[in-house]
Amino acid sequence: MQHILSAHNIVKRYANHLLGPNGAGKTSLIRIINQITGPDSGNVLFEGQKLSPKHVENIGYLPEERGLYKKMEVGEQALYLAQLKGMPYAEAKRKLKIWFEKFEMDAWWNKKVEELSKGMQQKVQFIVTVLHEPKLLILDEPFSGFDPINANLIKNEILKLKSQGSTILFSTHNMGSVEELCDNIALINKSKKILDGSVKDIRKQYKSNTYEFEFTGNMMSFTNSLWTFGKLGEHKLDGENGKAQVSLTPGSTANQLLESVLKVVEIHSFKEIIPSMNDIFISKVNAEHPLGTQSNFTE
Amino acid sequence: MNKVLLIIKREYLSRVKKKSFILMTIFGPVLMAGIMIVPIWMAMQKTEKQKIEVIDESFLFRDLIPEKDIVHFDYPPVEIEDARAGFYDTDYDAILYIPKNVLNGGQEGINLFYKKQLSNSVQQHIQSSISKMLYEVMLAKNKVDLNVIKDAKDKATFTLTTIQIDEAGNDKETNTAINVGIGFACAIVIYLLIFLYGAQVMRGVMEEKTSRIVEVILSSVKPFQLMMGKIIGVALVGLTQFILWVILTTSIYSVAAATVLKGMDMKQVQQKEQVIKIGADLDVQAMGKIENNAAIDLWSKFQQVNMLEIFICFMLYFLAGYLLYSALFAAIGSAVDSEAETNQFMLPITIPLVFSFAIAQIVTQDPNGSIAFWFSMIPLTSPVVMMVRLPFGVPMWEVLLSMSLLVIGFIFTTWLAAKIYRTGILMYGKKVSWKELGKWLFYKG
Repeated sequence: MQHILSAHNIVKRYANHLLGPNGAGKTSLIRIINQITGPDSGNVLFEGQKLSPKHVENIGYLPEERGLYKKMEVGEQALYLAQLKGMPYAEAKRKLKIWFEKFEMDAWWNKKVEELSKGMQQKVQFIVTVLHEPKLLILDEPFSGFDPINANLIKNEILKLKSQGSTILFSTHNMGSVEELCDNIALINKSKKILDGSVKDIRKQYKSNTYEFEFTGNMMSFTNSLWTFGKLGEHKLDGENGKAQVSLTPGSTANQLLESVLKVVEIHSFKEIIPSMNDIFISKVNAEHPLGTQSNFTE
Repeated sequence: MNKVLLIIKREYLSRVKKKSFILMTIFGPVLMAGIMIVPIWMAMQKTEKQKIEVIDESFLFRDLIPEKDIVHFDYPPVEIEDARAGFYDTDYDAILYIPKNVLNGGQEGINLFYKKQLSNSVQQHIQSSISKMLYEVMLAKNKVDLNVIKDAKDKATFTLTTIQIDEAGNDKETNTAINVGIGFACAIVIYLLIFLYGAQVMRGVMEEKTSRIVEVILSSVKPFQLMMGKIIGVALVGLTQFILWVILTTSIYSVAAATVLKGMDMKQVQQKEQVIKIGADLDVQAMGKIENNAAIDLWSKFQQVNMLEIFICFMLYFLAGYLLYSALFAAIGSAVDSEAETNQFMLPITIPLVFSFAIAQIVTQDPNGSIAFWFSMIPLTSPVVMMVRLPFGVPMWEVLLSMSLLVIGFIFTTWLAAKIYRTGILMYGKKVSWKELGKWLFYKG
């Protein structure tokens, strides 16, 4: 575990993303940060201090496998969990009322958890996680179990917390759901960090200088017009409408390529193919196991 | 520490507010009081007077069998065959047949024919009075003075009074039967309570694990805090319930007993008082004297047993025994995913408790022998075995030693359980074996 811990810095005030295939050690790492389990070796620093029980109050944790006491009333339970996080009773109650109003769930206060739907329970769980305004918010697969409307609601709340200064650590194996929320990522596999950095940088680093054209015209003249600027990759022609991928030859620029093509065909769209985090993820994990068989990651 | 208090509070309140707790608390004593009152009530129900037709071919017993409030004898001059044939035409409840040769070894031919089974006390009365009369007739026939025999019997009958001399040199009369009774009652109650509340701890742990709330809670508190909070919370539930039971049972019992007694025939009460007075009289038969004094003796001996000491020890052994076992119950709850899986781990916990009852039998025979001593020291068996020994009088140092060992045992099982609990509570979908549990003990962290 120490590989990640020594090298991976969670950037303050940013949304960080922890990525890895099943069994990579995401949950183990998160449990260590939450002091649920201890590390085999190494240590965790929280704002420069060695992690200790007092930091519990500064961390909010939404586990992947989550649940509530089924027989307990919603309000009572939320108060209990908030108090366990170190909030005084009165403050917890006041803030809970605000959140319950915001999410339009005042009427649930005296209901038993088992009377709520799964989605409603998730909302309660989310509120409990963020109620004490933690400096570090750890969300393990936060959107599982939410419908698109509620997922959006939650997403907005997360962004709000981020803008208020919370540091957020996401953990998923499904990059798509949080890609737009994240500034930083760390990819781990087999309990080792294999990639980290800002999303922008990593994408830049992994882009393959490939562009996609959609056009109307003759494929032959299109190919000829590429000159030495680019090399034709995948392409297909449907009557007059063509679609083609072109990889830029080193030394050429996208503008030169475009200029040359413009003269022969009518362009509908032209865009750079940027690898999604998913693609980077897969290629990176597979590179770790050249045979590609050991990775149990699926999209 | 504050967080443990929060957990204790939740565990306590969530259980005490449950309907099942309230029902158990109310109906437990009703049941207990019922168990105590019903036999008294039954005993006080006057049974209908039984009419018995005596066919005495020996002519020895005519009009002589003593009557009683539950039985009346008639001696009509009929043959046994006729009596049998016409049995259902008469309102007699039974026919007592005494053969002619009853004095010459024919006593086994005495029969009682009945329509409906006669009560045990009626049968007893008939058998003992006829036996006594036969005995007296035989003695008279052989010219033996009845009074000599009576006198001899009187002077030869006694009960062995056992007196314990305590360390202070005071005498203490004891009664083995009472000691055994009190000891066993306490032991059974402790056994039941340990299981009742231990299982509650186990189910509570399993609930947290299966509902998956445990990970949320563990991000706020240490596993040990959660476990101890639960164990202590349930212990308080147990104490609350037990104290409520004691209060309710005694109040229901005294109220009910008062109303039942009020309905009792005043004559009966007077009769009983008279019997006691006569019992104190020296001129009365030896048998009667022993019988009546026994009741008074029993009560005085009951008071001789130090009830306060036993009550205090009971509470302490219950608490410490519960803590010892509930830690193990918590460990089991954390290791499994469902109730069905608990069985394989329950057995080793059940065995010492059941075993201690087997030991308790031996203990009552020899309350201060080495078996009694050692098993009242071993923490797993001491709550039950020591409770059985206590009414017989156990030296203070032994009680203190056993109690300290129990506390050490409880600290040890808690430590052991905490290690299993810490790992088990986050382990899902894995069928846990004993080997696996062993491994968890040595995880560091």
